[in-house]
Amino acid sequence: MGALAITLAYWQSSIIKLAAVLVVIPVGGLLLGYVFLMKMMAHMQSRLGPMEQGGFHGWFANIGDAIKFIQKEDIIPAKADKWVFSLAPYVVVMSTFLLYLVIPAGPDLVISDLKVGVFYALAVSSIGVLGILMAGWASANKYSLMGSLRAAGQLIAYELPLVLAVVGVVIQAGSMSLSDIVGAQANFKIFGADLGGMPFVATQFVGFVIFMIAAQAELTQAPFDMPVAESELVTGYMTEYSGFRFLSFFLGEVASAFALSAIASTLFLGGWYVPMPDSWITNNFANYIGPIILLAKIFFVAFLIFWVRFSYPRFREDQLQAIAWKYLIPISILNIMVTAILKVAF
Amino acid sequence: MTTTVEPGTVEAAFSPNGPNSAEQLKQAAYIASQAADVRVNVEIVDDDGMTVNLGPQHPATHGTLRLIAKLDGEQVISCEPVMGYMHRGYEKLTEVRTYPQITTLVNRIDWLGSFANEVPFILAAEQIMGVEAPQRAQWIRTILFEMARIANLSLGIGDMGVQLGAITPVFFAFRDREHVLNQIEAATGGRFHPNYDRIGGLKEDLPRGWIVETKSVMNKMRSFCDELEQLMMGNAVFQSRSRGIGVIPADRALDYGLSGANLRASGVDYDLRRDFPTPLAWNKVEWKVWTHTDGDSFARIWVRLQEVREAAKIVDQLCDGLPAGPIMAKVPRIIKVPPGEAYVATENPLGEMGYYVVSQGGLGPFRVKIRTPSFSNISIVPWVTKGVFVPDIITILGSLYFILGDIDR
Repeated sequence: MGALAITLAYWQSSIIKLAAVLVVIPVGGLLLGYVFLMKMMAHMQSRLGPMEQGGFHGWFANIGDAIKFIQKEDIIPAKADKWVFSLAPYVVVMSTFLLYLVIPAGPDLVISDLKVGVFYALAVSSIGVLGILMAGWASANKYSLMGSLRAAGQLIAYELPLVLAVVGVVIQAGSMSLSDIVGAQANFKIFGADLGGMPFVATQFVGFVIFMIAAQAELTQAPFDMPVAESELVTGYMTEYSGFRFLSFFLGEVASAFALSAIASTLFLGGWYVPMPDSWITNNFANYIGPIILLAKIFFVAFLIFWVRFSYPRFREDQLQAIAWKYLIPISILNIMVTAILKVAF
Repeated sequence: MTTTVEPGTVEAAFSPNGPNSAEQLKQAAYIASQAADVRVNVEIVDDDGMTVNLGPQHPATHGTLRLIAKLDGEQVISCEPVMGYMHRGYEKLTEVRTYPQITTLVNRIDWLGSFANEVPFILAAEQIMGVEAPQRAQWIRTILFEMARIANLSLGIGDMGVQLGAITPVFFAFRDREHVLNQIEAATGGRFHPNYDRIGGLKEDLPRGWIVETKSVMNKMRSFCDELEQLMMGNAVFQSRSRGIGVIPADRALDYGLSGANLRASGVDYDLRRDFPTPLAWNKVEWKVWTHTDGDSFARIWVRLQEVREAAKIVDQLCDGLPAGPIMAKVPRIIKVPPGEAYVATENPLGEMGYYVVSQGGLGPFRVKIRTPSFSNISIVPWVTKGVFVPDIITILGSLYFILGDIDR
């Protein structure tokens, strides 16, 4: 890996990193929300609203939505647990912010290159459920309570296949650091054949599919959107929220979709790396195009997520658990065993 | 809730011989009203389990139906529909309206297939008067009746997708249903509430070019059916959510007075278009009554999808063979219906809709009893939802497919 030509003081790099997180995450999330949740949905479903409102191709609609949410009254139900109720959305959003810390967007563009990056990412991704439980319990609403308990059951069940799907990648890369995993894919020789690097999706396709299914459940997107099942539970744990707090939940949802897409593309699709001359890495050029490549891959993965979301009906709670425990977890364990055997053999 | 009932009076009020004195009658009425209040306003308190109040404002109830669901975890112990939140008193209102005015009222009963509501009432009035509309009017009535069926059922099928969490089908349904509504508007002037049927015929003839346009719309509806069959009915998740859920055996369905697709999905081959003699033109064309043997939620939606196709087929054939001639029989300018009574029922989009019209002579009816399909169809909800999971309540409601105006009228 190359090194930046300039060196920064600790406080300088801290400020840059902080700004990067605070800008990249909301902007990335909103971009995702704009492209997929509004435009792609409008095209797929023949919806006119998101295409017509607000000027050319409805570009202002999302901004208008945000303005509308901010000026709405912040309603806290009389019987709600005030502190927990108000804090819950920020816990959800914060957990997504934490996810981004370990995702590399270039040879040097990583906020904190932890040695246990994968482990950390999967651990903080489950903090969000705490916020959802807080929201459901504090709302003093039966729909909210049922929604949050569904979310808890679902996220616990799907954390396991998510982790197990990643283990195959970790075995192949021989490291838990996300930068090292990208490096391993750049130098990956598939069964000894050097094709100039190969993303792990080639060998870990089963793992990729399981990861995507589990991520879909983790993000509570259809067909796993029981926690917010709008036809049953109104909007589940978000039922009592309004205004900016509701917007925070929404932002948390799209931002975590962005984050999990980023992790999936880093682990399975080669992250910021595409086959490129070594000089690009040594002369820092990779640091410029890395984020763009990563963004393209994120959009591809997010496209898959939202495509499924717009096409599928919702599972029932018992069916959801059955899928996790009967199919995904055994298959991913099998995948780990096969990967380990092949790793030793080659 | 405590009531100030004197000891002994309850037994007297409900004694086998019935209430005798005026006082006892009053007492009985009071107790009945209190009991009704308890059912509507007080939540059932029970230590084990949770009572969830689905509605009156709830996304799955298509309006203001209220369901009191007693749950054990996610499993339903009991689920009782409470209706009447949108009661508009149409049966009573008809008594103070003249016959031509009533069609505007009944339009608003099943608001998705409005034209189909007018037809049985007009037929009943015509039957009492001994008037029969000319052939062309009958054919156009049948065409619009079937188009109302398409407009209603296509949205119902799409809505089933929403109830199961797939948001796309309903937008496709809205998109393609719009073509049908445009045609209805072109003919009648009203998109939702046509008010086109008259005693003795129709308001006016079809506009020029309507037939050709309608046939192309029917093609669009056929491709809509194909699309939904692939996107929604063929989806593995949809099938796993709806197959085997809310199974209604044929005898049960008959016991509860189900009609329409709900009855046919339980395997009962009963369709009033074929089985009840009306002067409409259904017996002039080729079509099929679809039934399904399963009786579950999937079967009910499947039968509806086939019915949309059948309706498109009927409209096509009727458009081809539409006879020429007048559209209005000779009726007096001011309509007075002679004393008499008639019951006419037709196979409306939601099921059997019947009007029992009693006339004592005069400008308006003496009494009209409206038999609406949804009212009977949701009466089975407490029986069929026993023991299912919360999401299945929604599946069952979506597949029973009611319109709230049709329940509460």
